Amino acid sequence: MKDRIIEIISKYNGDSTRLMDILHDIQAHAGYIDETTIAFLADKLTLSAAQIKETVSFYHFYSDKPLAKVNIYLNDSVTANMNGRKEVLKAFEDACGIKIGGVTTDGNIGLFSTSCIGMNDQEPAAIINDRVFTRLTAYRAKQIINALKQGQQVQELVVEECGDGNNALPIIDAMVYNNIRRKGALLSHDYPLFAVIKDILPKTSSEEITDIITESNIRGRGGAGFPTGLKWKFGSRAKGEHRIIICNADEGEPGTFKDRVLLTEYPEMVFEGMVTAGYAVGADIGLLYLRYEYKYLLVYLNGILENMRKNNFLGQSIAGIGDFDFDIRIQLGAGAYICGEESALIESLEGKRGEPRDKPPFPVEKGYLNLPTVVNNVETLATVVKIIKNGAAWYNQLGNKDSVGTKLLSISGDCRFPGIYEVEWGLKISDILAMCGANEVQAIQVGGPSGTLLGEKDFDRELSYSDLPTGGSMIVFNKNRDLLSEVVLNFINFFIEESCGTCSTCRNMPYVLRGKLLKVITGRGVKNDIEDMVNWANLLKVSRCGLGQTAANPIVSSIRNFRHLYDALVQKEIEYDSGFSLETSVLESCKAVRRQPLFHHNA
Amino acid sequence: MTNKIKIKIDGKEIITDQGKTIVEAAHENGIFIPTLCNFAGALPKGCCRMCTIKINNRFMTSCTTPAAHGMEVENNTNEINDFRKGIIELLFVSGNHFCPSCEKSGNCELQALAYRYQMMVPRFPYDFPMKSVDGSSPYIIKDQNRCILCKRCIKTIKDDLGRHYFAFKERGHKLEVLLDEKMGKEISSALAKKAMENCPVGSIIFKEVGFEVPIGQRKYDHKPIGSEIEN
Repeated sequence: MKDRIIEIISKYNGDSTRLMDILHDIQAHAGYIDETTIAFLADKLTLSAAQIKETVSFYHFYSDKPLAKVNIYLNDSVTANMNGRKEVLKAFEDACGIKIGGVTTDGNIGLFSTSCIGMNDQEPAAIINDRVFTRLTAYRAKQIINALKQGQQVQELVVEECGDGNNALPIIDAMVYNNIRRKGALLSHDYPLFAVIKDILPKTSSEEITDIITESNIRGRGGAGFPTGLKWKFGSRAKGEHRIIICNADEGEPGTFKDRVLLTEYPEMVFEGMVTAGYAVGADIGLLYLRYEYKYLLVYLNGILENMRKNNFLGQSIAGIGDFDFDIRIQLGAGAYICGEESALIESLEGKRGEPRDKPPFPVEKGYLNLPTVVNNVETLATVVKIIKNGAAWYNQLGNKDSVGTKLLSISGDCRFPGIYEVEWGLKISDILAMCGANEVQAIQVGGPSGTLLGEKDFDRELSYSDLPTGGSMIVFNKNRDLLSEVVLNFINFFIEESCGTCSTCRNMPYVLRGKLLKVITGRGVKNDIEDMVNWANLLKVSRCGLGQTAANPIVSSIRNFRHLYDALVQKEIEYDSGFSLETSVLESCKAVRRQPLFHHNA
Repeated sequence: MTNKIKIKIDGKEIITDQGKTIVEAAHENGIFIPTLCNFAGALPKGCCRMCTIKINNRFMTSCTTPAAHGMEVENNTNEINDFRKGIIELLFVSGNHFCPSCEKSGNCELQALAYRYQMMVPRFPYDFPMKSVDGSSPYIIKDQNRCILCKRCIKTIKDDLGRHYFAFKERGHKLEVLLDEKMGKEISSALAKKAMENCPVGSIIFKEVGFEVPIGQRKYDHKPIGSEIEN
């Protein structure tokens, strides 16, 4: 084992900033990362064991305990639950004879829960040994376990069903569906591969490229909406020995899956966008941070990069441009929503826990390894290629005055046609609902859990950066849904699970708020509890990053727009309730001494 | 020769050097901004959010934000002071703090700030979490009950090779600061003492010596926190 670890470390030149890769390789080899390995690794990398554990314990998909031969990570997103996750979970549990979070005694099967895996349009879904299984049913779950018990391999089980488009390629071979429902300027098939690198970059200066992007008025498509041209300008002006382009493919906002589809069907365009950005900014290093949940695309994507190198679209003097050297490496994440925040992503790229940095300095000045770094979303980079090809004026015709261009929406939940829709900015919520075949709509979550929950009175609002910004996640809920216990609670659990924990506010406040929310949901709340939640949530405003600042949005926006649901649940006759139930608290001890709780005040 | 710049804090104009952070500039000029995770000599990392201020209607941490000429800072306002009090209360309810019998009582910055911001009963419900105590080091007791995860020990207690004695474990609500098992066993008594001094609360306790200075005669027993700064 030690020889193997030495081999792995030297593969990455003993570079502790490549700790993510080192840990991935060790886990792939040994199944988990044990104490002895950590101590040995610490010694070799001149870190303390505690420092290695800091990284290992931060990410969902690293384990310091033995896992099973087959590990099932069942998605716990709100849409999965809406589509029957409970039954699937029960079927898995019954068939394995274990509870979620456990491993069978023979060590063959482990069953775990995980945050949204980017399959919201084909839930319930699970990741089983890095392969994605979608559209699960209780029947299918039982079948999978039976097959595994009879000795079948996980990849053999995939063969029974395969997704559409490139998902069916032998190199991907995933039962994942693209569900592209509507194509626009970005997705339309007028994209001749690498035409921008071949024909346009050699004839255009890097300043001109940045100018076209600036004039196109495109803003970041990840959600924050920073003007892309301006970011590139800052990046190109910052001084550093190298400059870095990072493609943020860590889409973790529950309900979004557009980057998965772009990387499956349009990876060349994304990479070409990275090369274009590299040319404009004067960068020589490109990094694509791929969320672990999309590991099944890794070999496929690396193959495309290899082809690009062969054709001189990557490497030295790209497309014959003398001084333009640029290459791309894909970094695999390990399961942490917070790494979608650009500075947390950079920390993760440096082998550390994904903890957002204080700003200033911004990544464009001091980013990856303190070098000037431009971080762009997958969708932004793909769009850049179309803009350079067709011109800024062409792009400015799309969308509305406030928000130019098109946006990919990942629509899921209670609608007949969940999937990817490319729409122009300015579209009304009511049109979006009509477009995806949603009826009897009670609410729509715009922009994922960190966005807002809207009801009928807001359905005539339009998508735009100034009014309703969105990274693209849209989850529809019909009138039969219990918004508080099915939706808001799930979202707040998500934020508790995914906080990095560094800020005192985000580490504690969502947890405190969940306590209040549960008090209301279980009928013990009073009117003041609703006011408390709104007031207390304010404290999150002083958190460092976007996750912390928006972590109470599920509660705050549902109170704002669905106040009646809260009012209906709180006790009208009393003004104060401690929320403490004596009966519940002594239940366990009563069980131990085999007697029924009996209290005089109930008589 | 450094460049002098002017900034305003709550309307009061002060002069400072270019490159200083807002909290440094304020403290040099006799204006108190409360801090917990900030520590002289270590890189600032806005973890505790206590030093939050407002510039141009945006909340920033004054320990990480460099002062810039012409900046107008809101510091001692009702809104911000309530946030600070809220943070103190959050730290109290999320741990198990037993001030009256704590070795750090009177020297504890959290306790001192709670007095300064007049915390009576936290507005949030107590969580009473189950936390562990690690006494495996010959010189240190690392008590998770009292840890506020400020990172001061992580940033300042290192060996000659730069290896950290302390590090985070897990994330979010499960986050803890762990003492490295092996290095904790080998730590010198001097460094262990320094670790305890650097800890703003009573989470890192030096073994074998206790209550050398009686409670009542300690740093903040005489004067409230911040009085050493304010003029």
